[in-house]
Amino acid sequence: MFHWTPDRSAFPTAGPDGKFDFDSHKLVKIWHGPNHPGVTGNMSLELTISGDEVLESKTHVGYLHRGFEKLYERRTWIQCFPTVVRMCVPESDSNEYNLSAGIEELAGIEIPEMAKWLRTLVLEMSRLQALLRIVPAQGGTVGLGLGVQWGVYLRDLILDRFEELTGGRIYHMYMIPGGVRGLLPDGFKERLEENLILVDEFVLSIKRLMLDNAVFKKRTVGIAHIPVEWIDKYGIVGFVARGAGVKKDVRLDYPYLAYDQLDFDPAISTDSDIYARTWIRWNDIITTVDLLRQIMAKMPKKGEFKAPTPNVLHWQVPKGEVYVRSESSRGEYGFYIVSDGSKYPRRINLRGPSYTHAVSLLEKMLVNSNISDIAATMVSLQTCPPEIER
Amino acid sequence: MKEIINNIQEKFKISEVTEQRENQYFISVEKKDTIQLVTYLKDIEKFTNFILLTAVDWIEKGQFQLTYMLNHPSKKLDIGVRTFIERENATMDSAHHLWEHVATFQRELKEMFGIDFPGSPRVDEPFLLEGWDNIPPMRRDFDTKKYSEETYFPRPGRSTNDPAEHMKKKLYPNE
Repeated sequence: MFHWTPDRSAFPTAGPDGKFDFDSHKLVKIWHGPNHPGVTGNMSLELTISGDEVLESKTHVGYLHRGFEKLYERRTWIQCFPTVVRMCVPESDSNEYNLSAGIEELAGIEIPEMAKWLRTLVLEMSRLQALLRIVPAQGGTVGLGLGVQWGVYLRDLILDRFEELTGGRIYHMYMIPGGVRGLLPDGFKERLEENLILVDEFVLSIKRLMLDNAVFKKRTVGIAHIPVEWIDKYGIVGFVARGAGVKKDVRLDYPYLAYDQLDFDPAISTDSDIYARTWIRWNDIITTVDLLRQIMAKMPKKGEFKAPTPNVLHWQVPKGEVYVRSESSRGEYGFYIVSDGSKYPRRINLRGPSYTHAVSLLEKMLVNSNISDIAATMVSLQTCPPEIER
Repeated sequence: MKEIINNIQEKFKISEVTEQRENQYFISVEKKDTIQLVTYLKDIEKFTNFILLTAVDWIEKGQFQLTYMLNHPSKKLDIGVRTFIERENATMDSAHHLWEHVATFQRELKEMFGIDFPGSPRVDEPFLLEGWDNIPPMRRDFDTKKYSEETYFPRPGRSTNDPAEHMKKKLYPNE
């Protein structure tokens, strides 16, 4: 193989004020995104490069700023739900769960057992569809596009199940304060099981296609390494932390809904490179399919699915503040909710994993990396810009 | 958790303690002691995971509430440190030296609430907005409806048509 180590002594460096001298003609400034196939959503990177090495990276977001947190000042609690799901497009259910759980905690409402299981089922289905999209996409960043087509097909089948359960494919608004909107349709479990059998086949195929592929390994092993000391320093969560050897999973650390009755052990690695993070998410698909089967076997056949709540049009949620969290496919997903006792929320603030992964962490990781590795690095962090700009 | 709260109360002047749940507390502290308390929680009590920093606008009191949410990874505890600062010329000491990602939260607060954090890296660079010339948009006195009416509608060159009238004119021009 061809190996080349750049002579860094000939590279331009930043001046004492931290700025680069563009008059030296050794530097180029390029924009990676917002319209770029290797960018996960609407964000862009302002790169200062020398040759094909990145000297500085700045993350720019704001291309999808819709001002949701501002809108909530004028919306009643229930009116927040249609927009809160749109805070993260690929995985909307964590948003509706967090807002429902926050309102329930402030109002002191205990949800029925059946609702807990249905919420757990929907959250895991949501994780599965997100992983089916993003795991093969990691191959796409290094030119392996076939797996993406398999993944998108299977994700569509899971979206079909969402459609028959909730009426919506991407945004569901299924979880509402007090519980959920309805029970499973007849034959739902059988149809979901048919889809899961296809996912089982996909898991084996994508391993042969991507994880065992020599080119994929060459492009990802040892690239974009995250040292374990950075976990707390940069607020790293979820599978990125697990890739560095720190087992962080809200479902285990702070069990919510029915997760304490389920048996699972998320994968962990210490390699902390792009390959390790892909391997962990590939394992997460297996874990999620197993969890879905456990949920369908253990959940009650029938029961109340919604606790009584005050009239939502006039509901004054008691004064207080709370931080609620859940585990999304990208890691800890938190809502900080403040109520002043009126019909309208005083403040709803989302803290998604991408807030640090895509800004401070990515900016640090890309320094001294090769421009051809940028897309793979970004997808290996599974960044989602809408949750940064809300 | 109660032991940690007692330790804090021995060392700092805490005005209010709220137990949200067994492993989640919120405490209020004066502005001048805030960064010292956050540093103490990180270095001594080992709340090493910084979750978020955000602001709440209490316009009726003329104050901003800043909340620093910290987490103890091994004991699974959360603590929210609240402090209240004046709304006019809002300034707060920076905590960017404690965690790398704090600077991002402070940059967003500068843009969205107009709270300055002197010394915080890139705090004056725009985060989401470009060329914004109004008051910071997350302040409660920023009127979104008025802004959109002034900025987007009605504006010169834009006109509306009654659909029925428009179709009548188009289909039967001679009537």
